[in-house]
Amino acid sequence: MKQFIDFDYLSGSLINICRNKTKDGFMAQLKNFFATKWGIISVGAFIGIFAALLQKWGNPGNMGICVACFERDIAGAVGLHRAEVVQYMRPEIIGFVLGSLIGAYIFKEFRPRAGSAPIVRFVLGAFAMIGALVFLGCPWRALLRLAGGDGNAILGLAGLIVGIWIGTLFLKNGYNLGRTEKTYTSVGWLMPLTMLGFFVLMLIYPQVKGEAKSGVLFYSLKGPGSKHAAIIISLAVGLAIGFIAQRSRFCTMGAFRDLILFRQTHLFMGLLTLEVFAFITNLIVRQFHPGFAGQPVAHTMHIWNFGGMVVAGLAFALAGGCPGRQLFLAGEGDGDSAVFVMGMIVGAGFSHNFSLASSPNGVGTHGIAAVIIGLIVCLFIGFTMRRRVLNEHNS
Amino acid sequence: MSTTVDARGLSCPQPVLMTMDEIRKVGKGEIVILVDTDTSKENVSRAAESQGWRIKDVQPDGIGYCVTVSKE
Repeated sequence: MKQFIDFDYLSGSLINICRNKTKDGFMAQLKNFFATKWGIISVGAFIGIFAALLQKWGNPGNMGICVACFERDIAGAVGLHRAEVVQYMRPEIIGFVLGSLIGAYIFKEFRPRAGSAPIVRFVLGAFAMIGALVFLGCPWRALLRLAGGDGNAILGLAGLIVGIWIGTLFLKNGYNLGRTEKTYTSVGWLMPLTMLGFFVLMLIYPQVKGEAKSGVLFYSLKGPGSKHAAIIISLAVGLAIGFIAQRSRFCTMGAFRDLILFRQTHLFMGLLTLEVFAFITNLIVRQFHPGFAGQPVAHTMHIWNFGGMVVAGLAFALAGGCPGRQLFLAGEGDGDSAVFVMGMIVGAGFSHNFSLASSPNGVGTHGIAAVIIGLIVCLFIGFTMRRRVLNEHNS
Repeated sequence: MSTTVDARGLSCPQPVLMTMDEIRKVGKGEIVILVDTDTSKENVSRAAESQGWRIKDVQPDGIGYCVTVSKE
Protein backbone atom coordinates (compact mmCIF):
# COMPACT_ATOMS: atom_id res chain seq x y z
CA MET A 1 0.00 0.00 0.00
CA LYS A 2 1.29 3.37 -0.96
CA GLN A 3 1.48 5.90 1.77
CA PHE A 4 0.37 9.26 0.54
CA ILE A 5 1.21 12.34 2.45
CA ASP A 6 -0.20 15.61 1.34
CA PHE A 7 2.63 17.94 2.25
CA ASP A 8 0.83 21.05 1.17
CA TYR A 9 -2.07 20.21 3.43
CA LEU A 10 0.26 19.33 6.28
CA SER A 11 2.35 22.47 6.03
CA GLY A 12 -0.85 24.51 5.65
CA SER A 13 -2.25 23.10 8.87
CA LEU A 14 1.00 23.67 10.68
CA ILE A 15 1.05 27.28 9.59
CA ASN A 16 -2.54 27.64 10.69
CA ILE A 17 -1.79 26.12 14.07
CA CYS A 18 1.15 28.47 14.52
CA ARG A 19 -0.92 31.42 13.39
CA ASN A 20 -3.75 30.58 15.75
CA LYS A 21 -1.36 30.05 18.58
CA THR A 22 0.30 33.40 18.02
CA LYS A 23 -3.04 35.09 17.60
CA ASP A 24 -4.50 33.46 20.71
CA GLY A 25 -1.35 34.23 22.65
CA PHE A 26 -1.46 37.83 21.56
CA MET A 27 -5.17 38.13 22.31
CA ALA A 28 -4.71 36.55 25.72
CA GLN A 29 -1.84 38.89 26.44
CA LEU A 30 -3.90 41.87 25.36
CA LYS A 31 -6.83 40.60 27.39
CA ASN A 32 -4.66 40.31 30.46
CA PHE A 33 -2.90 43.61 29.89
CA PHE A 34 -6.00 45.74 30.38
CA ALA A 35 -6.80 44.00 33.67
CA THR A 36 -3.38 44.94 35.04
CA LYS A 37 -2.24 48.06 36.86
CA TRP A 38 -0.52 49.34 33.71
CA GLY A 39 -3.63 48.58 31.72
CA ILE A 40 -5.90 50.77 33.81
CA ILE A 41 -3.20 53.45 34.02
CA SER A 42 -2.83 53.61 30.23
CA VAL A 43 -6.61 53.84 29.84
CA GLY A 44 -6.76 56.72 32.33
CA ALA A 45 -3.96 58.47 30.45
CA PHE A 46 -5.69 57.98 27.09
CA ILE A 47 -8.99 59.38 28.38
CA GLY A 48 -7.24 62.31 30.10
CA ILE A 49 -5.25 63.30 27.02
CA PHE A 50 -8.06 62.91 24.50
CA ALA A 51 -10.68 64.58 26.70
CA ALA A 52 -8.44 67.66 26.92
CA LEU A 53 -7.77 67.47 23.18
CA LEU A 54 -11.47 67.17 22.35
CA GLN A 55 -11.91 70.52 24.07
CA LYS A 56 -9.09 71.89 21.96
CA TRP A 57 -10.81 70.47 18.87
CA GLY A 58 -14.11 72.17 19.63
CA ASN A 59 -15.93 70.67 22.62
CA PRO A 60 -17.10 73.06 25.38
CA GLY A 61 -14.83 74.39 28.15
CA ASN A 62 -13.60 71.77 30.64
CA MET A 63 -16.09 69.48 28.90
CA GLY A 64 -13.96 67.51 26.47
CA ILE A 65 -16.00 64.60 27.69
CA CYS A 66 -18.91 64.69 30.12
CA VAL A 67 -21.22 61.72 30.08
CA ALA A 68 -24.00 63.50 31.98
CA CYS A 69 -23.77 66.71 29.92
CA PHE A 70 -23.54 64.82 26.64
CA GLU A 71 -26.53 62.62 27.43
CA ARG A 72 -28.34 65.82 28.38
CA ASP A 73 -27.38 67.26 24.98
CA ILE A 74 -28.75 64.11 23.32
CA ALA A 75 -32.00 64.55 25.27
CA GLY A 76 -32.08 68.10 23.86
CA ALA A 77 -31.29 66.95 20.32
CA VAL A 78 -34.34 64.66 20.29
CA GLY A 79 -36.51 67.30 21.99
CA LEU A 80 -37.01 65.70 25.41
CA HIS A 81 -36.22 69.17 26.74
CA ARG A 82 -36.05 72.43 24.87
CA ALA A 83 -33.16 74.21 26.53
CA GLU A 84 -31.82 75.84 23.37
CA VAL A 85 -28.19 75.99 24.46
CA VAL A 86 -27.77 72.26 25.11
CA GLN A 87 -29.00 70.38 22.05
CA TYR A 88 -26.58 68.16 20.17
CA MET A 89 -26.42 64.48 19.30
CA ARG A 90 -23.02 63.78 20.87
CA PRO A 91 -21.14 61.13 18.86
CA GLU A 92 -18.84 60.45 21.84
CA ILE A 93 -21.71 58.77 23.72
CA ILE A 94 -22.64 56.75 20.65
CA GLY A 95 -18.98 55.74 20.30
CA PHE A 96 -18.73 54.70 23.95
CA VAL A 97 -21.53 52.15 23.58
CA LEU A 98 -20.48 50.86 20.16
CA GLY A 99 -16.77 50.73 21.07
CA SER A 100 -17.64 48.68 24.12
CA LEU A 101 -19.83 46.39 21.99
CA ILE A 102 -16.92 45.81 19.59
CA GLY A 103 -14.50 45.11 22.45
CA ALA A 104 -16.94 42.74 24.12
CA TYR A 105 -17.49 40.82 20.88
CA ILE A 106 -13.81 40.56 19.94
CA PHE A 107 -12.91 39.20 23.37
CA LYS A 108 -16.05 37.06 23.68
CA GLU A 109 -17.39 38.99 26.64
CA PHE A 110 -20.73 40.04 25.18
CA ARG A 111 -23.21 38.66 27.69
CA PRO A 112 -26.85 39.62 27.25
CA ARG A 113 -28.34 39.92 30.71
CA ALA A 114 -31.18 41.81 32.39
CA GLY A 115 -33.76 41.71 35.12
CA SER A 116 -32.12 43.18 38.21
CA ALA A 117 -34.72 45.72 39.37
CA PRO A 118 -34.88 47.77 36.14
CA ILE A 119 -37.33 50.37 37.50
CA VAL A 120 -34.97 51.12 40.40
CA ARG A 121 -32.11 51.57 37.95
CA PHE A 122 -34.25 53.92 35.87
CA VAL A 123 -35.10 56.08 38.90
CA LEU A 124 -31.46 56.06 40.06
CA GLY A 125 -30.39 57.12 36.57
CA ALA A 126 -32.88 59.98 36.53
CA PHE A 127 -31.81 61.32 39.93
CA ALA A 128 -28.15 60.78 39.18
CA MET A 129 -28.62 63.07 36.18
CA ILE A 130 -30.62 65.61 38.16
CA GLY A 131 -27.89 65.73 40.83
CA ALA A 132 -25.09 65.89 38.27
CA LEU A 133 -26.77 68.79 36.44
CA VAL A 134 -27.00 70.79 39.67
CA PHE A 135 -23.20 70.55 39.84
CA LEU A 136 -22.92 70.67 36.04
CA GLY A 137 -20.99 67.52 35.30
CA CYS A 138 -20.53 63.82 35.78
CA PRO A 139 -17.49 62.47 37.70
CA TRP A 140 -15.44 62.57 34.49
CA ARG A 141 -16.18 66.23 34.02
CA ALA A 142 -15.56 66.93 37.71
CA LEU A 143 -12.03 65.60 37.11
CA LEU A 144 -11.66 67.51 33.85
CA ARG A 145 -12.90 70.73 35.46
CA LEU A 146 -10.28 70.37 38.16
CA ALA A 147 -7.64 69.60 35.54
CA GLY A 148 -8.66 72.82 33.78
CA GLY A 149 -8.26 74.87 36.97
CA ASP A 150 -11.91 75.11 38.04
CA GLY A 151 -11.79 75.17 41.85
CA ASN A 152 -15.54 74.56 42.12
CA ALA A 153 -14.85 71.00 41.01
CA ILE A 154 -13.26 70.35 44.42
CA LEU A 155 -16.70 70.80 45.99
CA GLY A 156 -18.25 68.51 43.38
CA LEU A 157 -15.61 65.82 43.91
CA ALA A 158 -16.01 66.08 47.68
CA GLY A 159 -19.76 65.63 47.25
CA LEU A 160 -19.18 62.68 44.94
CA ILE A 161 -16.95 60.98 47.51
CA VAL A 162 -19.46 61.57 50.32
CA GLY A 163 -22.29 60.20 48.15
CA ILE A 164 -20.28 57.10 47.30
CA TRP A 165 -19.30 56.68 50.96
CA ILE A 166 -23.00 56.70 51.94
CA GLY A 167 -23.54 54.12 49.21
CA THR A 168 -20.85 51.86 50.68
CA LEU A 169 -22.64 51.95 54.04
CA PHE A 170 -25.75 50.59 52.35
CA LEU A 171 -23.67 47.98 50.52
CA LYS A 172 -22.13 46.84 53.81
CA ASN A 173 -25.61 46.50 55.27
CA GLY A 174 -26.93 44.19 52.61
CA TYR A 175 -28.23 46.61 49.97
CA ASN A 176 -28.75 44.56 46.84
CA LEU A 177 -30.87 44.88 43.71
CA GLY A 178 -30.97 41.16 43.05
CA ARG A 179 -29.57 38.98 40.31
CA THR A 180 -29.66 39.52 36.58
CA GLU A 181 -30.56 36.67 34.28
CA LYS A 182 -29.11 35.60 30.99
CA THR A 183 -31.42 36.68 28.21
CA TYR A 184 -31.80 36.89 24.43
CA THR A 185 -28.84 38.25 22.49
CA SER A 186 -31.18 40.81 20.96
CA VAL A 187 -31.88 42.29 24.42
CA GLY A 188 -28.20 43.13 24.73
CA TRP A 189 -28.27 44.68 21.28
CA LEU A 190 -31.08 47.14 22.02
CA MET A 191 -28.93 49.93 23.46
CA PRO A 192 -26.18 49.63 20.81
CA LEU A 193 -28.89 49.64 18.13
CA THR A 194 -30.52 52.70 19.72
CA MET A 195 -27.16 54.47 19.57
CA LEU A 196 -26.67 53.36 15.97
CA GLY A 197 -30.15 54.73 15.24
CA PHE A 198 -29.19 58.06 16.82
CA PHE A 199 -26.10 58.17 14.62
CA VAL A 200 -28.11 57.42 11.48
CA LEU A 201 -30.51 60.24 12.44
CA MET A 202 -27.51 62.53 12.68
CA LEU A 203 -26.41 61.55 9.17
CA ILE A 204 -29.91 61.96 7.73
CA TYR A 205 -30.47 65.29 9.49
CA PRO A 206 -27.03 66.92 9.73
CA GLN A 207 -26.48 70.29 11.34
CA VAL A 208 -27.33 73.18 9.03
CA LYS A 209 -25.40 76.36 9.70
CA GLY A 210 -27.58 78.96 11.38
CA GLU A 211 -30.55 76.59 11.75
CA ALA A 212 -31.80 75.38 15.15
CA LYS A 213 -33.50 72.36 13.64
CA SER A 214 -32.64 69.85 10.97
CA GLY A 215 -35.47 67.40 10.27
CA VAL A 216 -36.41 65.90 13.63
CA LEU A 217 -33.19 66.88 15.40
CA PHE A 218 -32.58 70.04 17.39
CA TYR A 219 -29.22 71.82 17.30
CA SER A 220 -27.87 74.67 19.42
CA LEU A 221 -26.89 77.95 17.80
CA LYS A 222 -25.12 79.17 20.92
CA GLY A 223 -23.98 77.84 24.28
CA PRO A 224 -22.27 74.52 25.07
CA GLY A 225 -24.49 72.61 22.64
CA SER A 226 -23.09 74.62 19.73
CA LYS A 227 -19.52 73.73 20.62
CA HIS A 228 -18.30 70.43 19.33
CA ALA A 229 -15.44 68.72 17.58
CA ALA A 230 -15.96 67.32 14.07
CA ILE A 231 -18.34 64.35 14.05
CA ILE A 232 -15.72 61.91 12.80
CA ILE A 233 -13.21 62.93 15.50
CA SER A 234 -15.81 62.73 18.27
CA LEU A 235 -16.96 59.33 17.07
CA ALA A 236 -13.44 57.95 16.64
CA VAL A 237 -12.34 59.03 20.13
CA GLY A 238 -15.62 57.74 21.55
CA LEU A 239 -15.15 54.34 19.89
CA ALA A 240 -11.55 54.08 21.10
CA ILE A 241 -12.49 54.99 24.67
CA GLY A 242 -15.49 52.64 24.59
CA PHE A 243 -13.22 49.81 23.49
CA ILE A 244 -10.44 50.28 26.04
CA ALA A 245 -12.79 51.18 28.89
CA GLN A 246 -14.78 47.99 28.31
CA ARG A 247 -11.53 46.03 28.43
CA SER A 248 -10.21 47.71 31.57
CA ARG A 249 -13.56 48.16 33.45
CA PHE A 250 -12.65 51.83 33.97
CA CYS A 251 -15.11 53.34 36.48
CA THR A 252 -14.78 56.58 38.43
CA MET A 253 -17.39 55.61 41.01
CA GLY A 254 -15.81 52.19 41.44
CA ALA A 255 -12.45 53.92 41.95
CA PHE A 256 -13.65 55.66 45.11
CA ARG A 257 -15.96 52.82 46.18
CA ASP A 258 -13.24 50.16 46.08
CA LEU A 259 -10.87 52.48 47.90
CA ILE A 260 -13.40 53.10 50.68
CA LEU A 261 -14.80 49.54 50.87
CA PHE A 262 -11.74 47.38 50.28
CA ARG A 263 -8.75 49.78 50.37
CA GLN A 264 -8.17 48.68 46.78
CA THR A 265 -6.39 51.16 44.54
CA HIS A 266 -6.74 49.43 41.16
CA LEU A 267 -9.48 51.58 39.58
CA PHE A 268 -8.30 54.62 41.52
CA MET A 269 -4.98 54.49 39.66
CA GLY A 270 -6.91 54.94 36.43
CA LEU A 271 -8.80 57.90 37.79
CA LEU A 272 -5.64 59.53 39.11
CA THR A 273 -3.87 59.07 35.79
CA LEU A 274 -6.81 60.61 33.94
CA GLU A 275 -6.53 63.67 36.17
CA VAL A 276 -2.75 64.02 35.81
CA PHE A 277 -2.71 63.56 32.03
CA ALA A 278 -5.68 65.88 31.46
CA PHE A 279 -3.86 68.48 33.58
CA ILE A 280 -0.59 68.11 31.66
CA THR A 281 -2.38 68.22 28.31
CA ASN A 282 -4.30 71.32 29.42
CA LEU A 283 -1.01 72.99 30.36
CA ILE A 284 0.51 72.15 26.98
CA VAL A 285 -2.46 73.39 24.93
CA ARG A 286 -2.97 76.35 27.29
CA GLN A 287 -6.35 75.36 28.63
CA PHE A 288 -5.43 75.65 32.31
CA HIS A 289 -7.06 78.70 33.93
CA PRO A 290 -7.15 78.41 37.73
CA GLY A 291 -9.91 80.09 39.73
CA PHE A 292 -13.47 79.84 41.01
CA ALA A 293 -15.40 82.63 39.30
CA GLY A 294 -16.09 82.75 35.60
CA GLN A 295 -15.17 79.12 34.89
CA PRO A 296 -16.78 77.64 31.77
CA VAL A 297 -20.22 76.05 32.28
CA ALA A 298 -19.89 76.25 36.07
CA HIS A 299 -21.29 78.18 39.02
CA THR A 300 -19.84 79.07 42.42
CA MET A 301 -22.64 77.98 44.78
CA HIS A 302 -20.43 75.67 46.82
CA ILE A 303 -23.10 73.98 48.93
CA TRP A 304 -25.10 72.95 45.88
CA ASN A 305 -22.07 71.92 43.87
CA PHE A 306 -21.40 69.63 46.80
CA GLY A 307 -25.04 68.59 47.38
CA GLY A 308 -25.77 67.83 43.74
CA MET A 309 -22.85 65.45 43.56
CA VAL A 310 -23.76 63.77 46.86
CA VAL A 311 -27.03 62.74 45.22
CA ALA A 312 -25.29 61.71 42.00
CA GLY A 313 -22.53 59.79 43.81
CA LEU A 314 -25.03 57.92 45.96
CA ALA A 315 -27.15 57.06 42.92
CA PHE A 316 -24.07 55.79 41.01
CA ALA A 317 -22.99 53.69 43.99
CA LEU A 318 -26.45 52.19 44.40
CA ALA A 319 -26.59 51.43 40.67
CA GLY A 320 -23.06 49.96 40.60
CA GLY A 321 -21.32 52.28 38.16
CA CYS A 322 -20.54 55.82 37.07
CA PRO A 323 -22.38 57.10 33.96
CA GLY A 324 -19.49 56.13 31.71
CA ARG A 325 -19.31 52.62 33.11
CA GLN A 326 -23.07 52.24 32.64
CA LEU A 327 -22.61 53.01 28.93
CA PHE A 328 -19.79 50.47 28.61
CA LEU A 329 -21.85 47.84 30.45
CA ALA A 330 -24.82 48.59 28.18
CA GLY A 331 -22.48 47.99 25.23
CA GLU A 332 -21.46 44.55 26.50
CA GLY A 333 -25.07 43.42 26.83
CA ASP A 334 -26.20 44.60 30.28
CA GLY A 335 -29.86 45.54 29.86
CA ASP A 336 -30.09 46.99 33.37
CA SER A 337 -27.31 49.46 32.66
CA ALA A 338 -29.14 50.36 29.47
CA VAL A 339 -32.17 51.19 31.61
CA PHE A 340 -29.97 53.37 33.85
CA VAL A 341 -28.79 55.25 30.74
CA MET A 342 -32.39 55.76 29.63
CA GLY A 343 -33.16 57.01 33.14
CA MET A 344 -30.35 59.54 32.82
CA ILE A 345 -31.59 60.80 29.45
CA VAL A 346 -35.16 61.14 30.73
CA GLY A 347 -33.82 62.71 33.94
CA ALA A 348 -32.14 65.34 31.79
CA GLY A 349 -35.54 66.10 30.25
CA PHE A 350 -37.04 66.65 33.71
CA SER A 351 -33.99 68.64 34.78
CA HIS A 352 -34.38 71.27 32.11
CA ASN A 353 -38.18 71.23 31.78
CA PHE A 354 -38.59 71.75 35.55
CA SER A 355 -35.68 74.21 35.93
CA LEU A 356 -33.71 71.85 38.15
CA ALA A 357 -30.46 72.16 36.21
CA SER A 358 -27.95 74.86 37.09
CA SER A 359 -26.48 77.43 34.73
CA PRO A 360 -23.42 79.68 35.06
CA ASN A 361 -25.77 82.02 37.01
CA GLY A 362 -26.29 79.44 39.74
CA VAL A 363 -28.75 76.69 40.60
CA GLY A 364 -32.07 76.42 38.79
CA THR A 365 -35.36 77.67 40.30
CA HIS A 366 -36.14 74.24 41.76
CA GLY A 367 -32.63 72.82 41.85
CA ILE A 368 -32.34 72.85 45.64
CA ALA A 369 -35.69 71.09 46.06
CA ALA A 370 -34.55 68.51 43.49
CA VAL A 371 -31.34 67.78 45.44
CA ILE A 372 -33.31 67.24 48.65
CA ILE A 373 -35.91 65.03 46.93
CA GLY A 374 -33.16 63.12 45.14
CA LEU A 375 -31.39 62.44 48.41
CA ILE A 376 -34.62 61.23 50.03
CA VAL A 377 -35.37 58.93 47.07
CA CYS A 378 -31.86 57.44 47.10
CA LEU A 379 -31.99 56.89 50.88
CA PHE A 380 -35.41 55.27 50.50
CA ILE A 381 -33.96 52.90 47.91
CA GLY A 382 -30.88 52.17 50.02
CA PHE A 383 -32.82 51.48 53.21
CA THR A 384 -35.66 49.42 51.77
CA MET A 385 -33.86 47.24 49.23
CA ARG A 386 -31.78 45.03 51.41
CA ARG A 387 -31.89 41.38 50.72
CA ARG A 388 -29.58 38.80 52.09
CA VAL A 389 -27.94 36.78 49.40
CA LEU A 390 -27.03 33.60 51.17
CA ASN A 391 -23.92 31.67 50.40
CA GLU A 392 -24.26 27.97 49.89
CA HIS A 393 -22.35 25.81 52.28
CA ASN A 394 -21.14 22.46 51.10
CA SER A 395 -19.26 20.11 53.30
CA MET B 1 -14.23 20.97 52.88
CA SER B 2 -14.98 23.85 50.57
CA THR B 3 -17.52 26.63 50.58
CA THR B 4 -19.34 27.87 47.52
CA VAL B 5 -20.12 31.53 46.93
CA ASP B 6 -22.73 31.95 44.21
CA ALA B 7 -22.27 35.48 42.90
CA ARG B 8 -23.78 34.83 39.47
CA GLY B 9 -25.97 37.62 38.18
CA LEU B 10 -24.87 40.06 40.86
CA SER B 11 -23.40 43.40 39.87
CA CYS B 12 -20.36 45.20 41.27
CA PRO B 13 -19.33 45.09 44.07
CA GLN B 14 -21.53 42.26 45.37
CA PRO B 15 -19.33 39.37 44.19
CA VAL B 16 -16.31 40.93 45.92
CA LEU B 17 -18.29 41.71 49.08
CA MET B 18 -19.54 38.13 49.26
CA THR B 19 -16.06 36.72 48.64
CA MET B 20 -14.53 38.95 51.32
CA ASP B 21 -17.27 37.97 53.78
CA GLU B 22 -16.57 34.32 53.14
CA ILE B 23 -12.80 34.81 53.44
CA ARG B 24 -13.29 36.50 56.80
CA LYS B 25 -15.65 33.76 57.92
CA VAL B 26 -13.60 30.68 57.02
CA GLY B 27 -10.12 32.14 57.56
CA LYS B 28 -8.41 29.46 55.47
CA GLY B 29 -9.17 26.48 53.27
CA GLU B 30 -10.84 26.53 49.89
CA ILE B 31 -13.63 28.69 48.48
CA VAL B 32 -15.35 28.11 45.16
CA ILE B 33 -16.80 31.31 43.68
CA LEU B 34 -19.30 31.22 40.83
CA VAL B 35 -19.48 34.36 38.69
CA ASP B 36 -21.06 35.15 35.34
CA THR B 37 -18.92 37.96 33.92
CA ASP B 38 -15.23 38.45 33.20
CA THR B 39 -15.31 41.62 35.29
CA SER B 40 -16.50 39.68 38.35
CA LYS B 41 -13.93 36.97 37.68
CA GLU B 42 -11.12 39.55 37.68
CA ASN B 43 -12.53 41.41 40.68
CA VAL B 44 -12.95 38.40 42.96
CA SER B 45 -9.51 37.07 41.95
CA ARG B 46 -7.90 40.43 42.73
CA ALA B 47 -9.77 40.66 46.06
CA ALA B 48 -8.79 37.14 47.12
CA GLU B 49 -5.14 37.74 46.21
CA SER B 50 -5.13 40.97 48.20
CA GLN B 51 -6.13 38.90 51.25
CA GLY B 52 -3.24 36.49 50.73
CA TRP B 53 -5.32 33.78 49.06
CA ARG B 54 -4.10 31.88 46.02
CA ILE B 55 -6.05 31.47 42.78
CA LYS B 56 -6.07 27.71 42.50
CA ASP B 57 -8.20 27.26 39.43
CA VAL B 58 -10.43 29.15 37.00
CA GLN B 59 -12.77 27.07 34.89
CA PRO B 60 -15.49 28.10 32.43
CA ASP B 61 -18.78 27.16 34.01
CA GLY B 62 -22.00 27.51 32.06
CA ILE B 63 -22.15 31.12 30.89
CA GLY B 64 -19.57 32.22 33.46
CA TYR B 65 -16.65 30.97 35.51
CA CYS B 66 -15.94 28.87 38.53
CA VAL B 67 -13.05 30.42 40.47
CA THR B 68 -11.40 28.34 43.17
CA VAL B 69 -9.26 30.15 45.72
CA SER B 70 -7.37 28.64 48.60
CA LYS B 71 -5.24 29.47 51.61
CA GLU B 72 -3.25 27.02 53.69
